[in-house]
Amino acid sequence: MKTLLETSSQKAVGLFVGLLLFAVGIVSSIVFGVADISWRTIWDSYVRFDGSQEHLIIQTARMPRALIAAAAGASLAVAGSLMQGITRNQLASPSLFGINAGAAFFIVTGSAFFGVSGLSAFATLAFVGAAFTATLVYTLGSIGNDGLTPLKVTLAGAALTAFFSSLSLGVLLTSGQTFDQVLYWFVGSVAGRDLNIFTAAAPYIGIALVGAFLLARHMNVLTLGEDVAVGLGQKTIYIKLAAGVIIVLLAGGSVSMAGPIAFVGIIVPHLMRYLVGLDYRWVIPYCAVYGAILLLAADVGSRYISFPKEVPVGIMTAVIGVPFFVFIARRGGRS
Amino acid sequence: MSKLVTIRNRMFSFQLERRTVMVILMLLLANLAAIVVCVGLGSKTISPANVIRILFGTLDSPDTMIIESLRMPRVIIAVMVGSALAVSGALLQGIVRNPLTSPDIIGISGGASLGTVIFILYFSHVSIRYMPLSAILGAFAAAFLIYLFAYRKGVTPLRLVLIGIGMATAITAVTYMLILTSSFTPTAVAVKAFTFMTGSIYGVSWVRDVYTLLPWIVVLFPVAILYARHLNVQELGDEVATSVGSSVQIKRTILLVISVALAGAAVSIGGAINFIGLMAPHIARKLVGPSYGGVIPVSGLIGSLVLLLSDLVARIAFLPLDIPAGVFTAAIGAPFFIYLLYRHRNGS
Repeated sequence: MKTLLETSSQKAVGLFVGLLLFAVGIVSSIVFGVADISWRTIWDSYVRFDGSQEHLIIQTARMPRALIAAAAGASLAVAGSLMQGITRNQLASPSLFGINAGAAFFIVTGSAFFGVSGLSAFATLAFVGAAFTATLVYTLGSIGNDGLTPLKVTLAGAALTAFFSSLSLGVLLTSGQTFDQVLYWFVGSVAGRDLNIFTAAAPYIGIALVGAFLLARHMNVLTLGEDVAVGLGQKTIYIKLAAGVIIVLLAGGSVSMAGPIAFVGIIVPHLMRYLVGLDYRWVIPYCAVYGAILLLAADVGSRYISFPKEVPVGIMTAVIGVPFFVFIARRGGRS
Repeated sequence: MSKLVTIRNRMFSFQLERRTVMVILMLLLANLAAIVVCVGLGSKTISPANVIRILFGTLDSPDTMIIESLRMPRVIIAVMVGSALAVSGALLQGIVRNPLTSPDIIGISGGASLGTVIFILYFSHVSIRYMPLSAILGAFAAAFLIYLFAYRKGVTPLRLVLIGIGMATAITAVTYMLILTSSFTPTAVAVKAFTFMTGSIYGVSWVRDVYTLLPWIVVLFPVAILYARHLNVQELGDEVATSVGSSVQIKRTILLVISVALAGAAVSIGGAINFIGLMAPHIARKLVGPSYGGVIPVSGLIGSLVLLLSDLVARIAFLPLDIPAGVFTAAIGAPFFIYLLYRHRNGS
């Protein structure tokens, strides 16, 4: 496979460029919006906080939003790349597997019917929901002689997504939730979130991202094929389990922060493979950095589509993601 | 005595097993019973006997108004929408020869929703009569795009389904976007739009909904039943179908048009109700075997029964709240789908 960046030094430069873009993304996410803020004010608000309205907007609205977008984008992209490695199916991703919808459903039900509240409880519910759905879809997709096929997995994911989102809507309507919440749990959004939401999920996501990076070497072996991996002395079951836990932490964590955001897990890994090839030691960090950039950019863009109204970022990613999906599906979905 | 009932004249020929005829009659009775029960239950309960007397005009009571202007249109819409979705699903499963598809899974219903939302948002001055047309156009646009993207030296069922699922997500996203960015989105309208996208037949009326949908159903159902035999031939595979003299591509296109039009018409009134188009044909095949002459009418009756009951639960389970019926069809449909996936685990 021909890649755009071939030598290690080129790839390192690419990652460095990514980090720069990431910084630009964070700053522009804070700067642009209904009230434009100069980048100097950002600096001031943290160094010389004077309680002015602009400083408050930065600290309570713009900064949390930027951080959540970055963290959700990074975790969805990395989760997608790991899932594609394990299932050897390029369409695998948290949204298509129904994992996002499942996690959202667990949070919605927990808060509506069982009086669960508190951010850490939400995160736990999201993890449980993500783990449950992931197991279900993986099992359903791999029953039968021909094992895990793209068609079966995608169908199972689509059916469970429809199932969980319909039930979520039912739960939200019976418990008299407001429209904002309904919307949020349906399409995912990073607007109007509190910094506490970020700090509640960030540790899990941080650990999972480090874990993903440590796992990269083993993922390279695993993607050679189950038989080859076993022959090379890998205990594939442990690697798959570890990857599964990381995926659940990443997908659940991002849903607890931003709701179910679609297609990031397909778009970013696909582009990154084109950039740096199949080596997971590069793919994982690239996915993390560029996933964050994608969601930051999509979020900034979503503020201008019908200015001054905002479109939830989950809608943006769904629209951007479809060409990728179509392209991969036309090739048959296998890597 | 022959096991088969044949109806044949110069215009058409149609053959059913006696067993199928029996099943159809039983389902008709079940549907009628369900209608009476559905009309009777609600925030005010009316006994079945009184329901029947009111319907035949032999009893004059204060409940007459409730039944005639509130519950009857809703029940009739449930029958029409449910059966249209079911027949559309049966045709589609036959066309793509994949038992795991339905108009809602591969995005055709989504296209119809989009068409309806566009109509509501931008053509509000046009008569509501044209709403099904707009939904059908949306459904056709979606079907065309899916077909186009899936086309690569022919269309395989695999690619069609995969692309359809992806397109369904995108179309839903575009629909949300239109709703949210439209110039008038007080939250009430937006909640209605969400409810619509899950599928609900809340608050339907005679003039606006029943009479709007009726012509489409009246035209499309007979055509679907008459064309069913072409599906039987196509099930044998394209080569066999061609060699026995069926013009496969033309017939397939016509069948697809009927299927898409039915889905579009149903969605324009009932919203994107999930899983009926998937479930009903399977239950039908279980009851009357694989011949489409029987499968199509039986699917229709089962679809109507499923939607009647789902809507009944949606209406009375959380009184005074009215939950979208689509929530309950999904609640039954998804486990059913899992079962199907398990049954078909080794290929077809």
